Amino acid sequence: MSIEIVNVGKRFGDFVALDDVSVSIPSGRLTALLGPSGGGKSTLLRIVAGLERADTGKIEIEGVDATGLPPQKRNVGFVFQHYAAFKHLSVRRNVAFGLEIRKRPKDEIRRRVDELLALVHLEQFADRLPAQLSGGQRQRMALARALAVEPTVLLLDEPFGALDAKVRKELRDWLRRLHDEVHVTTVFVTHDQEEALEVADEIVVINDGRVEQIGSPDELYDRPANEFVMRFLGPVTQLGDQLVRPHDLQLSTDPADASGVPGRVTRVTRIGFEIRVEVTADDGQTVTVTLTRNEFLALGIQVDSTVRVRLAPNSPTTTTSAPAQRAAAPSLAATH
Amino acid sequence: MVDRSIAARTQVGRRPGRYVLRGVVTAYLFFLVAWPLYLVGRNAFADGFTNLNDILTDPDVTHALRLTVVIAVTAVVINTVFGVGISILLVRYDFPGKRALNALLDMPLSVSPIVVGLALVLVYGGRDGWFGPTLEAAGLQIIFAVPGMVLATVFVALPLVIREVVPVLQEVGDEQEQAARSLGANALQTFRRITLPSIKWGVIYGVVLSLARSLGEFGAVKVVSGNVLGQTRTATLVVEEKYLNFDKGGAYATAFLLALVAVACIIVVSVLRPKEDR
Repeated sequence: MSIEIVNVGKRFGDFVALDDVSVSIPSGRLTALLGPSGGGKSTLLRIVAGLERADTGKIEIEGVDATGLPPQKRNVGFVFQHYAAFKHLSVRRNVAFGLEIRKRPKDEIRRRVDELLALVHLEQFADRLPAQLSGGQRQRMALARALAVEPTVLLLDEPFGALDAKVRKELRDWLRRLHDEVHVTTVFVTHDQEEALEVADEIVVINDGRVEQIGSPDELYDRPANEFVMRFLGPVTQLGDQLVRPHDLQLSTDPADASGVPGRVTRVTRIGFEIRVEVTADDGQTVTVTLTRNEFLALGIQVDSTVRVRLAPNSPTTTTSAPAQRAAAPSLAATH
Repeated sequence: MVDRSIAARTQVGRRPGRYVLRGVVTAYLFFLVAWPLYLVGRNAFADGFTNLNDILTDPDVTHALRLTVVIAVTAVVINTVFGVGISILLVRYDFPGKRALNALLDMPLSVSPIVVGLALVLVYGGRDGWFGPTLEAAGLQIIFAVPGMVLATVFVALPLVIREVVPVLQEVGDEQEQAARSLGANALQTFRRITLPSIKWGVIYGVVLSLARSLGEFGAVKVVSGNVLGQTRTATLVVEEKYLNFDKGGAYATAFLLALVAVACIIVVSVLRPKEDR
């Protein structure tokens, strides 16, 4: 195990940022710390980097107890949401910074920096100042700078959070490919479940200073440990007292079919290839079902059709404590 | 349409007001600052270069000028080192009593320099000061000597560097410093390679202001110096002395030199300032 976080607690005044958190992060993998803002994930990352001190607990990096070590002795690479570029240094000097601190020979530094600039596709920008780069380029520079010192672990704090949607998606793919090339143990913080599901090998869901679930994207999506994880990872709707994914629900118009819950279609919304069908069950509960266009056409349903709603076999569900949606009070919450 | 007509009307309505305001400010500055300063220069050169020549060949005056520079430079160095240190303490760290410290740092600007001088005599006075006799026994004379004059100058110019550096430090934030730490730099390396370059202009601006203030200090220095001719008499004290002894030419010439340095400082600052990207 590459990073061991054992019983870590952290308070800011009365606010409990982390409450007795224990996580093992495996070597050579890309792990996401996923959770809503203010849930403690960034604090945990900063504690691993030594930028914040835990009140209680222990941090081990590659078998070395790092709890009391200052950041410069942990050999971690840290990438900040707002790049933290050294504004007065050129791109080249930014990337070289860690190597210059380590007093490596000049030609070795030049070679290594050239390599890294090629890796992040910034060769032609080597002599520019950070202010002359776009956000995405600055973040790639920050990544090269962090990788230059050959860190044991690479930590990224909401690395794409300050970028616009398109650049964000590009950099996300690029990070995944970079990781497949470099294989350094990487932990990144995000509040975007799609980003985590797409990029990470393993996801740690953190909420309210506690770990909700740890697992691969498939495990989290298919076997959510609790209602929070179920709700956070994707759209949900409620059928009886079960939370289910709207796309795991099936509709049947066959009058001979007695399975599932009977109801009436009350609304049909089309969003591109996806058709969102709102069914009001006979007991008054409103259930949202998403269908593909072809499924929808094959069923031939419209508003006021009588249908039966049932859950596809082997679909993830969690029991919810929340009261069911009633037709009398329409809400958008079910579609996340 | 409605909005535009209102905007146009207020602009037209404002125009005469703006010219009046401009005129008032210009006249005010002219009569308060420019004209008197110009007169000092004109009086200094009333007999051509005679006055200037006289004071520059007077060993007592040149000694005073040299002493002024030595004291000012020493005070600026001390204030820069401590000023940058205190600024970092104030911006980057939280500690009990921070607000009190912050308020205390403005004290030198609000207390009259002459009070500063008297206070220093009370503490460091050689005969009945609180701490002075002990130091004097150890062979270190503070009051009526150069150390006391440096002390007084440091006191009055204390907040100038801090007030320039603190906002710059707050603006640059500490992410760059954290990045440097995570890349292996220790505290000193981080300060030298990251913090100092990013607050450079604030420090320079503070130094120039402190220098101007230190060169011109009069009240506090007068009290602690004893004003001994050829020993502890600074340029400002020479101006007073000459003026009171009806050597107006010498007084104006020395005053002109002091004003010249101060104006040079202001010019340096105004040249530097646009480059700060504020």
